[in-house]
Amino acid sequence: MSQFRTLGLFGLVAVLIIGTGILQSWNTALLILNMGLVSAVMALGVNLQWGFAGLFNVGVMGFVALGGLGVVLAAEPPVGEAWAAGGLRLILGLLIGAAVIIGAVYIWKSGMKRRVPLLLAELVIGFFLFRYVFDGGVEAVEAVNPALTGNLGGLGLPVLLAWPIGGLLAAGAAWAIGKTALGLRSDYLAIATLGIAEIVIAVMKNEDWLARGVKNVIGLPRPLPYEIDLQQSAGFVERAQALGLDPVTASTLYVKLGYAVLFAAVLIVLLVMAQMALKSPWGRMMRAIRDNEVAARAMGKNVTARHLQVFVLGSAICGIAGAMMTTLDGQLTPGTYQPLRFTFLIWVMVIVGGSGNNFGAVLGGMLIWFLWVQVEPFGRWLMEVVTMGMDEGSPMRTHLLESAAHMRLLSMGVILLLVLRFSPRGLIPEK
Amino acid sequence: MDILNAIVALSNFVLIPAIAYGSQLAIGALGVTLIYDILRFSNFAHGDTMAFGTMVTILFTWLFQSMGITLGPLPTALLALPLGIAATGLLVLGTDRMVYRFYRRQKAAPVVFVIVSIGVMFIMNGLVRFIIGPGDQRFADGARFIISARDFKAWSGLNEGLALKTSQAITVVVAVMVVAALFWFLNRTRTGKSMRAYSDNEDLALLSGINPERVVLVTWLIVAALATVAGVLYGLDKSFKPFTYFQLLLPIFASAIVGGLGSPLGAIAGGFVIAFSEVLVTYPLKKILGYLLPESLEPNGLVQLLSTDYKFAVSFVILVIVLLFRPTGLFRGKSV
Repeated sequence: MSQFRTLGLFGLVAVLIIGTGILQSWNTALLILNMGLVSAVMALGVNLQWGFAGLFNVGVMGFVALGGLGVVLAAEPPVGEAWAAGGLRLILGLLIGAAVIIGAVYIWKSGMKRRVPLLLAELVIGFFLFRYVFDGGVEAVEAVNPALTGNLGGLGLPVLLAWPIGGLLAAGAAWAIGKTALGLRSDYLAIATLGIAEIVIAVMKNEDWLARGVKNVIGLPRPLPYEIDLQQSAGFVERAQALGLDPVTASTLYVKLGYAVLFAAVLIVLLVMAQMALKSPWGRMMRAIRDNEVAARAMGKNVTARHLQVFVLGSAICGIAGAMMTTLDGQLTPGTYQPLRFTFLIWVMVIVGGSGNNFGAVLGGMLIWFLWVQVEPFGRWLMEVVTMGMDEGSPMRTHLLESAAHMRLLSMGVILLLVLRFSPRGLIPEK
Repeated sequence: MDILNAIVALSNFVLIPAIAYGSQLAIGALGVTLIYDILRFSNFAHGDTMAFGTMVTILFTWLFQSMGITLGPLPTALLALPLGIAATGLLVLGTDRMVYRFYRRQKAAPVVFVIVSIGVMFIMNGLVRFIIGPGDQRFADGARFIISARDFKAWSGLNEGLALKTSQAITVVVAVMVVAALFWFLNRTRTGKSMRAYSDNEDLALLSGINPERVVLVTWLIVAALATVAGVLYGLDKSFKPFTYFQLLLPIFASAIVGGLGSPLGAIAGGFVIAFSEVLVTYPLKKILGYLLPESLEPNGLVQLLSTDYKFAVSFVILVIVLLFRPTGLFRGKSV
């Protein structure tokens, strides 16, 4: 029975997307499919943390953004001039900063007498030393051709490699955060992760040497050919015409389909791994910890270590999804990361799909993303109908039509509350 | 060395803004802490409740302005404030009736309430954007300054000016009144005492004949009032933008947690701790140090410890430090 339900729900998503293709355009449908696949990967990551282990992480946005940063750092060509101007000094500054923090932790843990004044002195001196070395490096790097680069660039690796690198970056951050914040109670952890995500975005907006900040990095390398090159290749145009498509449409569809295949491959690999993890003794142990921490601890399970492990893994998956998204966009724009869209919407996906069930998370990701996109045209249509009787120029009508875009947030809230009330375990509940 | 100018500069750029901001955070954090105390969950919709209350107040302010009703030198928003509180009260009572009560009867886990409050947050956020739009709104009118920098300079003959905005003075006055009224209510009235009893021990309170639904109702009304007041004061001082109010969630929660979740006194202390550190760390101290230090030691940089955009980092770092060394907060809050 439950398998039919799962199949039926996934069938529904397929029908919705294909219906979009027929009624609106195939480009829109593929756009929804691609971001739906990315969202499904994010939901898988959150499900690992929340569904498996009961960790309340509302800093998803930060890890997604770090994944995006990973793409710039891995795939962009390095800026040689900037490295020559102040790259090494900047790196040295960062190392000093790290050393100061490690030193502070060491002093604190040493347990010696009068460690507090020593600690404060170390931190103050360390901070100014760090700022002195680091600021000089930053100034030199950012002065190099600021209109085009002004940053250090990346490693110039193939962009597909950037996805695991984005995941690693997110995993590293998650490890540092988990080390400090995982011991906290669930709602403290929530606020802590919320804060971390804001800090990650603030760093990405302000540290121009890293990824140009709000000046954005555009034209990132991509794993698929450019539409314009396809349109100019004689072979492609011929094949498109054989299918009865004009070359421009065919090229956009080709590229989007290519992304869909890549994303689906990543999603399937991660889904299989997550399923295996869920069914393994490790998965049983995680759920045991989630359901009764005290009992699990009494059975000799290292709850703190397991929490850290699953927090890092889940965040890494969010990072991979973030890297995929940035690759799809072809640009990194730190100003566009908003917690409602990149943290809380992912939570809606997981809860609606069914927390604790990997297929549920994937379904939630695709379905909620579809609704998120389609609620806006639907809202506009609804407002057209509602305001039909009003005067053409009446301010109420203009206001209602303009506000239709905000129906999204409203409807997501309503969906979340309805699911929580009438199907609290989600559309595909945990077995 | 010029201590007088340094003090004036410090007051003008750090103390006065931080006191005003701290009062706004404190009132916001009081709302969060009361919900945690009585309803036992962290309300993620608090920032958007503030936004809703402020929006209603703004709409009434515009109505009054168009009718020609003003308060002279005081902002018209103060006149519209009670109406904003009433509307927010209705909204939160409606949400409680339609959403939260179901889970209360089920005795759901606190984390379920938190997730439910995320749903409420989406709805309120959408509602506010739907009605007033996502843009920036300024609604402060009346006299802008009580003391303007130029007048102060002329009066004192110092290099540095000291400005006191009307909104800042109002913030402090209203905050003192609100806090005094709240503590009087909690400590002196029968309803307030029953709220405290309910927060200390739910079962015992039930046995002594306290009606829990009444306690919850009163709590929501107080929270609606606190949220609206905090939101309107913040909006008068800066400006109103739905997204900013959503983001206020972080410093407000940081204040409540640093002070000790569930402790009203702690919420106030936490608000000021967060506000002062935010302003102090992100303000360029060059000017002040320039007056204090001899010329040879004068700093040549801005002496801005962190750029303004890192103000979230400040709340967060304080939060983590307090939680690591004193997990229940400065004033021994409680934990569910």
